[in-house]
Amino acid sequence: MTELERKQERAPVPSDWTYAPAPEARDIVTLREQYGHFVGGEWLEPKETYTTISPATEEPLAEVGQATPEEVAAAVDAARSAYENGWSEIAPSERAKYLFRIARILQERSREFAVLESLNGGKPIKESRDVDLPLSAAHFFYYAGWADKLEYAFPNQRPRPLGVAGQIIPWNFPLLMLAWKIAPALAAGNTVVLKPAETTPLSALLFCDVLRQAELPPGVVNIVTGDGRTGAEIVKSGGVDKVAFTGSTDVGKAIQRELAGSGKKLTLELGGKAANIIFDDAALDQAVEGIINGIYFNQGHVCCAGSRLLVQESIYEPVVDKLKRRLTTLRVGDPLDKNTDVGAINSKQQLEKIQQLVASGAEEGAEIYQPPCRLPEKGYWFAPTVFTNVAQSYRIAQEEIFGPVLSILTFRTPEEAVEKANNTPYGLSAGVWTEKGSRILWMAERLRAGVVWANTYNRFDPSSPFGGYKESGFGREGGRHGLEPYLRLT
Amino acid sequence: MPQQRPLDRRGVGAESGEARREFVVGPSPAAKREVRTVQTKLFVPRVGEELFLELAPIHGRSVPQTAGSYTRTMAQAPVLPRGFELPLEPRLPRIGSVDAVALEERAASLAKRSIKREAKVFALDLAVRMMDLTTLEGQDTPGKVAALASKAIRPDPSDGSVPSVAAICVYPNLVPTAVQRVEGSSVKVASVATAFPSGQSPLEAKLAEVRWVVEHGADEVDMVIDRGAFLSGRYAKVYDEIVQVKEACGDAHLKVILEVAELGTYDNVRRASLLAMAAGADFIKTSTGKLPGAATLPVTLCMLEAIRDVHAETGRMVGMKPAGGIRQAKQAVQYLVQLHETLGPDWLTPDLYRLGASSLLNDVLMQLRKEKTGTYQSPDYFTVD
Repeated sequence: MTELERKQERAPVPSDWTYAPAPEARDIVTLREQYGHFVGGEWLEPKETYTTISPATEEPLAEVGQATPEEVAAAVDAARSAYENGWSEIAPSERAKYLFRIARILQERSREFAVLESLNGGKPIKESRDVDLPLSAAHFFYYAGWADKLEYAFPNQRPRPLGVAGQIIPWNFPLLMLAWKIAPALAAGNTVVLKPAETTPLSALLFCDVLRQAELPPGVVNIVTGDGRTGAEIVKSGGVDKVAFTGSTDVGKAIQRELAGSGKKLTLELGGKAANIIFDDAALDQAVEGIINGIYFNQGHVCCAGSRLLVQESIYEPVVDKLKRRLTTLRVGDPLDKNTDVGAINSKQQLEKIQQLVASGAEEGAEIYQPPCRLPEKGYWFAPTVFTNVAQSYRIAQEEIFGPVLSILTFRTPEEAVEKANNTPYGLSAGVWTEKGSRILWMAERLRAGVVWANTYNRFDPSSPFGGYKESGFGREGGRHGLEPYLRLT
Repeated sequence: MPQQRPLDRRGVGAESGEARREFVVGPSPAAKREVRTVQTKLFVPRVGEELFLELAPIHGRSVPQTAGSYTRTMAQAPVLPRGFELPLEPRLPRIGSVDAVALEERAASLAKRSIKREAKVFALDLAVRMMDLTTLEGQDTPGKVAALASKAIRPDPSDGSVPSVAAICVYPNLVPTAVQRVEGSSVKVASVATAFPSGQSPLEAKLAEVRWVVEHGADEVDMVIDRGAFLSGRYAKVYDEIVQVKEACGDAHLKVILEVAELGTYDNVRRASLLAMAAGADFIKTSTGKLPGAATLPVTLCMLEAIRDVHAETGRMVGMKPAGGIRQAKQAVQYLVQLHETLGPDWLTPDLYRLGASSLLNDVLMQLRKEKTGTYQSPDYFTVD
C-alpha cells in the first residue's frame, strides 16, 4: 500500500439530507386563455366567465364559463337530441367501442391529465399520477365491458336507458368522479350533461378533447361549467331524466327536496365521517400507514376519509407515538413535486372551513398536534393535524372536516368500537385493522357503512360498488351495481 | 377517555440513570424473581408466557451466567405480549405482526422518491461511506483481498473527494491479509463466521471461529443465525448462540445475519430481528448473499421497523445492513431513502447502516462522476478489483 492511500482521510460527513426539488414538467399541458361550454360537440362561447386558479400558488390558470340557464338548457337539448337521434339505438357493442377508445386515450395522455389535475386541484402529482389517472381509465375500461352485456347484468329485467343524465361532481377527484359518472351512464345508453366543480373545471374541459379524439357522436356528453347556480339549473331542468350528485350533504338534501315528486331518478354520494378502527392485534406499523393514507390522502379531501381514528385503549400510546413520528416525515408542499405527500387545500373557502373546525376542536378541549413543517406563503395550505383527547360529542368528531385533520378516540371492546363507529349521521366507509379474520367479518356485519376496508384504506376498484348509508347518500357507483341507477328495469 | 397520558416512554430509561442497556434473558418465572430482587425491577410473569425477554442494565458478566440455564425450559411458540401492557418500564417491543401487503406497498411508495442533483450526490457519497465491500468466494486469495483493500481505501483513484468505504468483508482465513492491507486507513475488516453461510455446525466450532477472527484483528463479525433452530421453533437456541457469539466477539462489533430468504415470512423476519437485538446484536443483516432473493426493500423496511421499536422502547440504537442483490446506485439510493424516512437522520451514518455489496461500488462511482462532470463514462474507467 502506498503512502497516498494511507493518508486519505474521511471528508467531513454532511449532516443533513434535503431532497432537491423534483418538479414534474408543466409544459406538457397547454391551457387556453378561455374555455366555453362543450355542447353538442362544439365549444359554446360563454356569456359569463370566472377565473380558475391553482390553489397552490393562487396563480390564475384560465377563464371558464359560468353557465346561464339558457346555456344549461342548450346542453340539455343537445343531450336529448343525441339520445333520441341515435345513441339510444346504436348497437351496444358500438357504445363499448367508444368507451374503450376513451379509456385508451386517457391512458395515453395520462401524464398531461395528471399534471393538470395537480395544477388545478392542488393534489400531489404522485397521487394524480398513481391513483386518479389509472383509476379513471380503469373505470372506462370496466364499463366498456358491460355495455353489451346488460342483459346478463340484469337477467329477465329488460334493461333500458333512462335518457338524459344530469351529473354534478365535486372538486376532490375531478377527473375520477367524471369517469365514475360518465362511464356507467354511457355504457347503459344514456347521454350526459355534466358539471365539474367550480374550482376544478379544467380536467373536465380537457376531457372534451378526448371525446373529440374518440369521435364520440356530438351531444352524447355535454359539459357546462359554473358554480352552484349552474348545478341547480341542471337539477331543475325538465329535460333531465336522472340526477347524479356527489358533494356535500347539505346540497344533496336540497337536491332531494327539489326533485321530490318529479319522477326523476336520483343518486347521491355525500359526506362521511368514517371510523378507522385499530385493534390491539393489528400489524401496527402498517396500520399507522393505513391511518396516514386514510386521512392525509388527497389532503383529507376524500368523502370516505378515515377522519375518526378509533384505537383500542391498550395500544393507544404506541399508535399515537408512531403516528406523530410518521407525521413528521410527511412532505407538504408543491403539488407538482414528485416527492410531495400532502398538497394544497383546494380553495380558500375550504381552508376557512377547516380552520374554523380546527379552532372549535381546540376550544372544546381536544389536544392538537401538528408536525413542524414550513408551509408556502402563497396559496392555501393546512398542516397535517391530529387531535387527541377527543370526545365523541366534539364537533371535530361529529362534523365532516374534509381536510387533513384526524380525531383520535379510544375504545375498549369490539362492541364499543362498533357502537362508536356507527354513532354518526353518516355511513360511507369504515376501516378495520386486526390480524383476526373472524373479527373482520364480525365487524363488517355490524358496521353501518357502504364500504368496510380490512387492513387497508382508501382502496378503490371499478368492480367494487361504492356508496353510503344514512346521510352519506344512496345509490351505488362502481361494479354491476353502478349500472342500475342509469337503467330502467322491469 | 385517556387523560394526560405520557406519550413518550423514551425518556424513562434516562430518568433511571441507565444510559446503556443490554438485553438479558430470564430463565423461568422462578429464576426471574431472583433477577428481580437483584435489579429491584417489577416483573409480573404472565401465565402461558414462554419466552421471557427483559431488559436489564449490564452487570458485568451476567449475560452468559443467565444464558446458561434456561435452554431446556424454553418452549416453542413465539408468544410474546401482543398488545399487552406489561408493567415493565423498558421492555422489548411487542412482537406483533407484519402485514405483508401493506409493508410491500409502503416500501414501493418510498422507492418512488425522486432524488436529484445535490441530494443524489449526498446519497451516493453516503452509500460509499456505508459500503461493506465484500468478497466471499471459494476462490478468494490474499491477492484478491489485497486488491479489494486498495479499492476500499481509495475507491476512485482519479477523484480524491470520493471517501473510503466502511469495511471490507472477507472469509476468516483472509482476515490476517485484510487487516494488514487496511492498516492505517479508516477501513474496517469484517469477517463472516459461525459456519457461514449455513450455520450448520456445532456451537463450539462456531465460537472457536469467532474467537479466531477476533484474535486476528477483525473489527466486525458477521454471524449467521441457526435457521434450522429458528424454523423449528427453538428460539432459545438461536438466542443463546447469539449471546455466546457476542461474548466471544469481545470488543468486535457483531452483525447478525438472519438470512431472510430462508425465514419465509415477514412475521418471522420481525421475530428474528427482535430476537437478535435482544441477544445483543450491534447490527442486524438481511442475508448471506449466497441465496437468491436476498435483501429486498420490503424486508429491509420490516427490519428497520423492528429497530425503530427497540429504539423507542429502550433508547438503544441498533444498526442495519441489507446485503445481497444490491448492484445499482439507484437501488442504493432507494435503500437510503427508506432508512432516512423510517429511522431518521440519526441513522445516516456508517456506524448504524451498511450496504453489503460486491459489485455496487463501481456503479455508484460511475453515477457520482456523472453527477460531477455531467456525462457518463465507460465502465473501463473504473477499476475492477
